[in-house]
Amino acid sequence: MSCCAAGVEGALEIERAGQGLPASEELWLASRALGDGLRQTDLSVPGVHCGACITTIEGALRKRPEVERARVNLSSRRVSVVWKEELEGRRTDPLEIARAIRGCGYEAHLFAAGEEEGDVLLKQLIRAVAVSGFAATNIMLLSVSVWSGADAATRDLFHWISAMIAAPAMIYSGRFFYQSAWNALRHGRTNMDVPIALAVTLSYGMSLHETISHGAHAWFDASVTLLFFLLIGRTLDHMMRGRARSAISGLARLSPRGATIVNSDGSRDYRPVDEIRPGERLLVAAGERIPVDGCVLSGATDLDRSVVNGESAPVAVSVGDAVQAGTLNLTGPLTLEATAAARDSFLAEITGLMEAAEGGRARYRRIADRAARYYSPAVHLLALLSFIGWMLIEGDVRHAMLIAVAVLIITCPCALGLAVPVVQVVAAGRLFQGGVMVKDGSAMERLAEIDAVLLDKTGTLTMGEPRLTNAGEVDPGALATAAALALHSRHPIATALHEASGAAQPLGGEIREIPGAGIEAETSDGVYRLGSRAFACGGAGAASGQSEAILSLDGRELACFRFEDRLRPAARETVEDLSRLGLTAGILSGDREPVVAVLARRLGIATWRSELSPRGKVEACAAAAEGGHRVLMVGDGINDAPALRAAHVSMAPATAADVGRQAADFVFMHQSLNAVPFAIETSRRAGRLIRQNFALAIGYNVIAVPVAILGYATPLVAAIAMSTSSLIVVFNALRLKGLGTAAAPESPPRAAGLRPVRSAS
Amino acid sequence: MNTLIYLIPIALFLGALGLAAFLWALKSGQYEDLDGASWRVLDDGDGKPEKD
Repeated sequence: MSCCAAGVEGALEIERAGQGLPASEELWLASRALGDGLRQTDLSVPGVHCGACITTIEGALRKRPEVERARVNLSSRRVSVVWKEELEGRRTDPLEIARAIRGCGYEAHLFAAGEEEGDVLLKQLIRAVAVSGFAATNIMLLSVSVWSGADAATRDLFHWISAMIAAPAMIYSGRFFYQSAWNALRHGRTNMDVPIALAVTLSYGMSLHETISHGAHAWFDASVTLLFFLLIGRTLDHMMRGRARSAISGLARLSPRGATIVNSDGSRDYRPVDEIRPGERLLVAAGERIPVDGCVLSGATDLDRSVVNGESAPVAVSVGDAVQAGTLNLTGPLTLEATAAARDSFLAEITGLMEAAEGGRARYRRIADRAARYYSPAVHLLALLSFIGWMLIEGDVRHAMLIAVAVLIITCPCALGLAVPVVQVVAAGRLFQGGVMVKDGSAMERLAEIDAVLLDKTGTLTMGEPRLTNAGEVDPGALATAAALALHSRHPIATALHEASGAAQPLGGEIREIPGAGIEAETSDGVYRLGSRAFACGGAGAASGQSEAILSLDGRELACFRFEDRLRPAARETVEDLSRLGLTAGILSGDREPVVAVLARRLGIATWRSELSPRGKVEACAAAAEGGHRVLMVGDGINDAPALRAAHVSMAPATAADVGRQAADFVFMHQSLNAVPFAIETSRRAGRLIRQNFALAIGYNVIAVPVAILGYATPLVAAIAMSTSSLIVVFNALRLKGLGTAAAPESPPRAAGLRPVRSAS
Repeated sequence: MNTLIYLIPIALFLGALGLAAFLWALKSGQYEDLDGASWRVLDDGDGKPEKD
């Protein structure tokens, strides 16, 4: 199975194996006790995507003596491991489990807490669908016998059996509608569920009355089939909201859950991040995220501050500098003094901004809700009018009631209930195949309405990873030496260097990394240095921008490597596609003005803004909304998250920061940016199909309602009409699958020398 | 007519059996990883199902 990541990319993955693993204490905190000395840990493994991956991971885990059971869930890309707390009197280190997974070449993360609530409602809904389906088929069988001419005693028997099957099914499966209808009525509103609950109850009551009085017609089949179809719609709608979310959280990277505290007596403690108080001293190792805002007491390092300003270039910090929570410590260990508790830290401020920005979206009403607002009073009125009308004409309460019930059943929003969710599920499936995950059905509705797109720069239009630009100009020998040195650093530039050179031979001699400066190696040839010009050449020459690295031998410059952040694949085509779709594109960046200006010119984007804070981005989105625009925001960083929330609809790449992915409505898995126009086009098509479905459902009502009002709707007609309208709507939705897939982004290239695709593909 | 006395309960019983089987399968988590299940069929393990 060559599709599997393990073989091809294993070597590179293992090389990076030291990084990113959650700490042992953290794993212990996140596991849950099962009793009998067993604990369970759930890890997110975004890399699994085929049967071989399952076998590899499960095999590797089961080989470990402390592992009791291990099971990979491919749908949610998670592995759950049950392990023994103690093995032969020794406490088990859960890190070994994570390491075993890493050892097979897969990344393993803990996922953010509070997302494993499990989908209880979905299970209840599926059970309700099963029960109502069972009841519907059996009652329908009995009804067919009645329609084909069962006589008096047999017909009564069949009606009684139907009544007995229908009653529990309606209580069990109908409770969702009853609860929702009751809630709406109690608050003085009506919704789609009110006519449903009313129709189902009335038709059951009338049927029971008919059965007792030996009537010829009963409506049990209609009421249960109605529930069956509506529950399918409800279940699809729920799946639409739930499924993508679990996949996204499966990718969630870890934000710090705790930190090592140094007490005044020198002892060390690992504590959850909420319990860290200002004034306490923290140890942050290289590769960890800073847990709370603080001030550096000792140590020097490079910080990846992309969460704050979205910029990829690391910033050197040393004693006395302030650091923000959530930034990534790249090269050296730090001792910090906490200056704020977790709830007052930078990350908390971002969360606050996000909550404040939420308002605009909360006001959005889903198409189905908007339809329900007009539909449900109209239906009630119609049923009431036909009851009054027939009372006036005939004066027969029973017959008038029967006709009113028939009107209610026929107009029941069965097709309407399916119209939206079926289309959305099909569209989401199509998007998923194209590598775009949708969090919520309403996101597609919103995406179809946009008229402007705002893009973030670093990490969205560009990859956010520096790349060597002058590989052809430098001496291959120097490049190999530099790559060998770079192997010892996690600095993004070092990673870029050794990726550019391919396989690097390890360098003999003593190698050390000087935080904030570079790498130094004492070899038999002399002292090699790789880093800033000041560091490599002993202070000669002015320090230039961040994007170059110098290799020197005993202070003599051997080579100068220049780096540039490369454009995301298909960025230019995307901008063209957007204007073809009639949308204006703009850039919102936290980066410096000249950099943004150059990029905007290269892509042909006229409107751009630079040096924006997270708040500035939110304000830009709000200003666009006030100008009557509906904006799609595409961004990746934590600094974009509030803006992603504030925009009408938002999108983030899978490589985005955890918070960015959580805030966005769409997440695209492939590297290429043409996922953006693809998602817009699919959403617009879905929007068209939804409107067609509404038209079909309403058209059906226009035909069926007069028949019901005039009193010609027998149970058979009602059942057939209802099912046909539902099926037509479903078939119409399936047309979306058949529509051309030319716009679908192709899979990412797997060319040699490229870094492994991090996301699932 | 008399056969109906037997046939209808039998039909209902069989239907209920199917329903119960489905509910049991749902409860025991067989629908939790549909993607994984389609791959596991191809896996020539030791033939023993893994408990979860």
